[in-house]
This record gives sequence, structure tokens and C-alpha cells, in this order.
Amino acid sequence: MMKDPTARIANVERWGDYRLFSIETREIADRASPGQFLMIKISSQFDPLLRRPISIHARENSRLEIFFQVAGRGTEILAEKEAGDTLNILGPLGKGFSIDERLKGKRVLCVGGGRGIAPLYFLAKELRGLGASPIVLYGGNTEADIPLRTKFEEAHLPVFCSTDDGSFGFRGFVTGLAAREIEAHPPAFLFGCGPEEMMKTASRLAESYDIAAEFSLESHMGCGIGACWGCVKRIRRGGQEGWVKVCEEGPVFPRDEIVWPEGGD
Amino acid sequence: MVDLSVNLGFLKLKNPVLAASGTFGYGLEFAPYLDLEELGGFVVKGLYYGPREGNPPPRLVETPSGLINAIGLQGIGVEAFVAKVLPKLKDLATAVIVNVCGETEEEYVRVVEFLGGRDGIAAFELNISCPNVRQEGACPALDPKTTFRLVKAVKRSSRLPIIVKLSPNVTSVIEIAQAAEEAGADAVSLVNTFLAMSIDVMTRRPKLANVFGGLSGPAIKPIALRMVYQVASRIHLPVIGMGGIASGADALEFLLAGARAVQVGTASFVDPDASLHIIREIREYCELHDIQRVEDLIGKLETG
Repeated sequence: MMKDPTARIANVERWGDYRLFSIETREIADRASPGQFLMIKISSQFDPLLRRPISIHARENSRLEIFFQVAGRGTEILAEKEAGDTLNILGPLGKGFSIDERLKGKRVLCVGGGRGIAPLYFLAKELRGLGASPIVLYGGNTEADIPLRTKFEEAHLPVFCSTDDGSFGFRGFVTGLAAREIEAHPPAFLFGCGPEEMMKTASRLAESYDIAAEFSLESHMGCGIGACWGCVKRIRRGGQEGWVKVCEEGPVFPRDEIVWPEGGD
Repeated sequence: MVDLSVNLGFLKLKNPVLAASGTFGYGLEFAPYLDLEELGGFVVKGLYYGPREGNPPPRLVETPSGLINAIGLQGIGVEAFVAKVLPKLKDLATAVIVNVCGETEEEYVRVVEFLGGRDGIAAFELNISCPNVRQEGACPALDPKTTFRLVKAVKRSSRLPIIVKLSPNVTSVIEIAQAAEEAGADAVSLVNTFLAMSIDVMTRRPKLANVFGGLSGPAIKPIALRMVYQVASRIHLPVIGMGGIASGADALEFLLAGARAVQVGTASFVDPDASLHIIREIREYCELHDIQRVEDLIGKLETG
């Protein structure tokens, strides 16, 4: 956990609302693990006031990559940055995915919806490094919402895509693709990140097949370092439920600890 | 060499900058980003006697140059604080102040009695002004009689100095400050957050689950400063000023208005080491203007 007030953006790629930044920040990169995030200062003035939590997408030597979608004023301003600009970042923050030796030699599903794909690239690469066999399932509304599919292919990570409108790959939700995959070849573990409804469905799916799983939760954050208690989600541990800080004890939680909000399905 | 120390009477601070309660966790969260001993001190997050669950999310909404929060004082309670946190704070060479909460007068008293004899706590800050724990922002600091009675009861039971944290959500903050003074408070700190709300026009729902929250950040600074000036001009107790301080110049405004120390709150969310930048900027100001002691600036607003 450290601050780099002058992390230089080395490269920017753009697809519609989506951005991929490659950021030179050696010390934070050295400490990063999949599922952790950065807090990025948006304005040197006071509006927007707060930093934005952005998931770490990849590590390439001394660089970290972030992949994000414009989702509000903060990310809209961030999306305008260009190569050569500097960012003021805190990181790496939070508790990431469990990359367990026991997954060695096992099939592992990484299920990402929309911008939720971001941390799964870093994760899949690390899993492969461990000797596991990650399979990436990547879903979006349309073909325009799955811009990273070629990046996974280029890294020789098996990736299967779905689009809600059928414009590319499997027609339907990525959880539908996951159900088909699980039925055919039950994995040893499932990792997921995406819209809450998607993760909730994926969690139930994993539960029904008795597959261990972890999900990365998204939350508005005040500080990102455990001080404000603003980013809490409902978590159940040892029969006790409570509001738990996503920034400090997450953003990744095991499926059996997450109390998903009611309704919606 | 500028002397940055300030004397609150009951407590000498190495510099006038304290990190504010509710924005600094229990202090340890910030250790990776700054040397806690460089601060004048810090006020740990409000403690009830027992653990407290807090409000449902969403708990935060950003507004122009501001932040509305409705955390609801989620916290670990005094026993966990003494067992897990205080041992790591007690040897720090800085003032550790504990923010004290209570549902009832008895609970405030139990908290100060439980913590009063422990090593490593310099003072209590009595939180009578959180807008997020009762209906529509109700809190003891909205009424002078309730303030008087509560401060009197806590003061009688406390072995440590009592700083009373005041609410801005009143017609006359001077009247409440005077009630705290008459009841025997050792200092007052102001202001807590402004009762506020924000609405999502797409869903036509409040953006906070609690509907109301407390506004902090640079947006509130001019109003907070006015209140600090009014109170410092009218009572004899030391005043600790806060509300939107994000730079050395902001802090200096509060000192000139009569605050003997300041607290930095929301700015610590944006930059965990914001307090240290503020201390440095105060020192630079003093050097530039040939001020030997920062104490010489307190209340030196020129009017007329």
C-alpha cells in the first residue's frame, strides 16, 4: 500500500466507452496481485472530490494496466487522459483472489461480465503460471462490449464469449455460457466479476454444483483504505451477518460469505 | 525554526493539526501513508460501548466539492478498541483523542469510565453531533439544555479532558457552545457535518439509504469558518476548528478566526497524507511571514 503521485500513463487504448491504460508505477506493480485495486485521483481541484477505485487488469514488468468503462463523471474525466499524462494513485489495495496451490493442474472458470472482465486477465495469467488451466468466459451486451477478447486470445488464454444480442459468440448471458460449461466439465473453482445480478446467478450456479467460488464486488468508496466505512456490503461469517468494508476485507469474497441483495431475479 | 506547537491548556500539541474523527479510522489504517507522530494528534472513530452495526448502504454520495455520508457510526466498541487497537497507539508520540458516542447519557458515561484509566489516551471528544444515528439528524447538540446536562454528567465521570464536538445544524451555535462551557467542558470542536440529502432523478429515490446524511468537504468551509469565528469570539474555552480544511491556507483561516487547533477530515480520504501537507504549508507560511510561533497567529483576524 503506497502512493505514487506521478505515475505516468505509457499507453492508452480506446474502444467506445472502454479504456485500457498502461501505467508506469514500478513499486505498486511489484506488490500487486490479481483482484486488488487502485484509488485514482480524478481532479487536482475538488470536483470530483474523491478518488475512484479501479481494478488492476494486468501487470507487465514495471507497469500496471487498468481497464475501465465510463460509468459517471469521474471515469468520464479519467477517460480523457492521454499517454504521457500522470496519475496520482494509491495501491495496491484490498484483498484479491485466492490463488491456491491446490488449483494446480485443475480446470478453473473465470467468468466476467462487461467491465467486470478487468481483473480476470491478471488472474488467469497468474493461474496459468501456477499450473492451473483457466478458462475465461467473457460476456457483454453486444460485440462492442467485449473488446478484450483478442487480448486473451493473443495471450493464449482460452476465452469463450457471449453477447446478450447474439452479435458475437453465445447468444445470452455469460451465466448461460457458464451453466453449459459447468455441465460439460465441472471446474474445481469459479472466479467471477461483473454486474451484481450476473454474479448472484453465477454464485447460485456454483452452489448448485457444489463448486467453490469467489466474486469481486463493486462499491462506491470514500477512501479505499478502510477508514471511512462507506463501501460496506452484507457479509455472513460463522453464522453472523454484518456490514463489511469492501476496500479492506474485499473486494474479493468467497461465495458462501456474500449475502446478495434481494429481488431482481 | 518556527515553533508550531499550540497549547490547549489541558494538552500541548506539537502542531495545530489533528486528523478528524470518522475520517481517520482508528489511526492505524493511515500508518502506511504517513508517520502518525508527525501529526499534532488524531481523533479515532467514534466509539459506543459495544460494537455497532451502522446504516445500510449506499452510505456515501459525492456532491460538488463535498461528500454526504450516512455511515451511522459503525464501530468495534470499547472492549475491542482496548484489546486490539490501543496497544498499538499508546506509545505513539502524538496526542490520541477518542471520540465518544452514546445512545443515552449512561452510555457516554460508561464509555469514558471504561477508557478513562487507560494509558495512551490524551483526551475525549464527546460526539453529541452525529446527524446519522437518529431520525432526521436529531442529536444532543441541537439543544442547549441537553448539551449542558450531558456534558456535566460526562465531565463528572471522566478522568480525562473533554472536548465537546458541536453541530452546525442549529440556529445559534454560540448558545450551544456556551452551554458546553457552563457545564465544564475543557474545549469545543466544531463543526460536525451539515445535515444534507441528494436525490437520483432517474429513480426518484434518495441517493442515501438513510435519506439524510452529513455534508463535509471543501463545500462547507466558509460556513464552518463563520461558526468557528463566532464561537471563538464569544467563549473562553479553546476552540478546535474544522470543516472542509484541505490546505495550509484553509487551516490558517481557522487559526486567524480564533481556533487554537484544527482538524482535517474529508481531505484525508482524498490524500491520506493531507494533514502532513497542511502542516508543511503552515510552516512555510510562518517562515515567509517571519512568524516565530504559530500561537501568535491565533485569533489575529484584523477587522475594522
